[in-house]
Amino acid sequence: MRKILVLFAHPKYELSDVNQFLLENIRGLENVTIRDLYELYPDFHINIQAEQELLFEHEVIIWHHPIYWYSCPPILKQWIDLVLEFGWAYGPGGVFLRNKYILNAVTSGGSEMVYSTEGKNRYTLGEFLRPFEQTAYLCDMRYLPYFHVGGTHRISKEDLDQKAKEYRELVLTLRDSLEIPFSFIQKPQP
Amino acid sequence: MNGFLLNAIIYIVAAIVCVPIAKKLGMGSVLGYLIAGILIGPYVFGFIQDGQSGQDIMHTTEFGVVMMLFLIGLELEPKNLWKMKSLILKVGLTQVLVTTALIFGLAIGLNYSWQIGLTMGMAMALSSTAIVLQSLKEKNQLDSSSGKMSFGVLLMQDIAVIPILAALPLLASEITHGATEAHGGILENQPGWIQTLLIFGAIGLVVVLGRFGFGPLLNWVSKTKLRELFTASALLIVVGIAFLMGMVGLSPALGTFLAGVILANSPYKHALESDLEPFKGLLLGIFFMAVGATINFDLITSNPAFIILFTLGVMSIKAAVLSVIGYIKKLSLSENLAFSFGLAQVSEFSFVIYAFALQLGFLAAEVSDTLMAITALSMTFTPILGLILDKTILTKLNSGKKNSGREQDSISEKHDLILVGFSHFGSTLGRFLRANGVESTVLDFDPDRVDFLRKMGFKVFYGDATRVDMLHAAGAENAKILISALNSEETNRKLIEVCRENFPNLQLMIRAKNRYDAYEFLEMGIENIYREHLDTSIRMGEDALKKLGFRSYTVHRLAAQFKKYDEDALKVLVQYKNNQNEYISKIKKQIEQQESMISGELSRKFSLNDHAWDSEQMKS
Repeated sequence: MRKILVLFAHPKYELSDVNQFLLENIRGLENVTIRDLYELYPDFHINIQAEQELLFEHEVIIWHHPIYWYSCPPILKQWIDLVLEFGWAYGPGGVFLRNKYILNAVTSGGSEMVYSTEGKNRYTLGEFLRPFEQTAYLCDMRYLPYFHVGGTHRISKEDLDQKAKEYRELVLTLRDSLEIPFSFIQKPQP
Repeated sequence: MNGFLLNAIIYIVAAIVCVPIAKKLGMGSVLGYLIAGILIGPYVFGFIQDGQSGQDIMHTTEFGVVMMLFLIGLELEPKNLWKMKSLILKVGLTQVLVTTALIFGLAIGLNYSWQIGLTMGMAMALSSTAIVLQSLKEKNQLDSSSGKMSFGVLLMQDIAVIPILAALPLLASEITHGATEAHGGILENQPGWIQTLLIFGAIGLVVVLGRFGFGPLLNWVSKTKLRELFTASALLIVVGIAFLMGMVGLSPALGTFLAGVILANSPYKHALESDLEPFKGLLLGIFFMAVGATINFDLITSNPAFIILFTLGVMSIKAAVLSVIGYIKKLSLSENLAFSFGLAQVSEFSFVIYAFALQLGFLAAEVSDTLMAITALSMTFTPILGLILDKTILTKLNSGKKNSGREQDSISEKHDLILVGFSHFGSTLGRFLRANGVESTVLDFDPDRVDFLRKMGFKVFYGDATRVDMLHAAGAENAKILISALNSEETNRKLIEVCRENFPNLQLMIRAKNRYDAYEFLEMGIENIYREHLDTSIRMGEDALKKLGFRSYTVHRLAAQFKKYDEDALKVLVQYKNNQNEYISKIKKQIEQQESMISGELSRKFSLNDHAWDSEQMKS
């Protein structure tokens, strides 16, 4: 059984029905740790040591956040800046994240349709998430396909139920399956 | 004097023995007092021999009811009372009129004369304010819908007392002319219009005094900081109004209730409550015992079937009328049962009515004794019935839905948060909370500040928060958090001890003047300690560093880190403090701690020990 760390970032969680519902569906699962970054660090003063210890303990990391202006909310960037230290996460001696699995679980107001070459956002979500992919790559992690809930402004109860179920199943699969059954991107191993 | 002391001992010992047992058995204190009264009365142990002394005590302690209504008035702001007007008029009036008519019919059916029948009808239509409110308070049901309706009915009944007392002499004059003895006080021989005028004058006086007189009086007295003087003033207000009302022939309970409502907005509300509460409790307790002691068991045993059936008959009529009203008012079944059976007993006021009718000469002593026995019996039956109802039907009805209990919080006026101390510190805190829509119950011990803040529109209450009764009055049982914004270490310690002991579920957030006070609170096991200078002094240092050319964000992060370091150090040093030998004086300890801290910081070369946004390391 793998240990899963969900790093959740939403600056106004109390108003996000979709994210509340998604989190409710995975809260309390055994070996799943949820860290609500805005609740823990309202002043952005992230406790680097504590975060690194948690990363070390867990095998699968999920960056769970809404997409704002084609990227993550600022605290998650702050977290990346501070926690993924040179000499710890990458660079000489930076081996502590090697072979850990990581993915983005994101919500967006725009539907899945608008994230395409023909859509008004002109690029796919995968392209917007490149910086995260490359961050994982540099740290020698295994970057898994993203999980996306689109069109959150107008999502129906049924669709949301369906998405929440999928999210829960994804988390359970990541936790319980012997081999992770998804393709991932990783630096070629020497 | 000996007789008085002996009587007092008998009553108190009986209460101390019986009431806790009754409460343990889930019977409520009212039944406990009644049983205690029966036990010490002439028919069981006979400590109180003659029924007359019991009756005297009953009349004296009826004053407890007056106090109770004053206290209830304090809980009820004028605007809330106004909201109840249709409830009082419609529900209350219907109950009084219909019940009077039905019992009148029953009495005629039993071959009583129509005058006696009407007297009985009017007397028995009233329910016992003392019993009902005491039980509702104990069960915490005053705010439930049945509780509110009960209260509305009781208020109407209290108002009804005035015309009933006025009507009795008219009934008497049908039989014996000129037998009227004064009951309406000094006004009896005045022409009608003067009586009316004086009644309105008296009510007006109460309103004016309540608005403009009592506040300054209490302020003046509280400045002496002598608690007994404040208590005495509280008693003076209640007794004075009761006396005034008695003089013009109005119900004293109604007058003090009115005064209570007017004072409900006053800053002294909670202080008055906590001072009068024990008097009220004691008086009512003795009153209930006196009721128990005066039950004439000779009379009951001589014709038990008749009296018991009559009592049950009257109670069923009352309950039936009430349940129909409850049904029309859409009370749920369980609420309706609580409402109709709760009010089914006959009022303590019927004793007064019968005694008056006896005086007027149209009620034979034997009949009046029977009626009084019925009243006392019905009072005894009520808590028993309530107990049976609670244990059987209501638990069954309520087990299905838990919602009925929840309703209370939302209606209740008490807040989740109690804020103690409204100086500069507390008021800033209070303003911040209020700006975000969080209301708190605010207590302060400086009468002038309380008055001033009241004028500015803050709801601040005067009182000493280290007193348990004061905290009770502020709603500490149900509050979630108590914030102490006091800077006195001694008072805070006392407050912490009192809260720990009496309200273990209340979360405490304590202001500390400095590091040393913080140690004290830490040692007492308080987790949420706020040193008043910590944030401000660091913020000042931040600004100084900025002025010296440091970049704002770096300074901001340094400050956050220093604060965390300092708070962690506090928790470490408190353990170190415990190991110190006792003989080292407190001052010496403080100096030592200060030294070790400062030297520690020097050797630590305080800096941000991370290298975020810093490429020095990568370049090498």
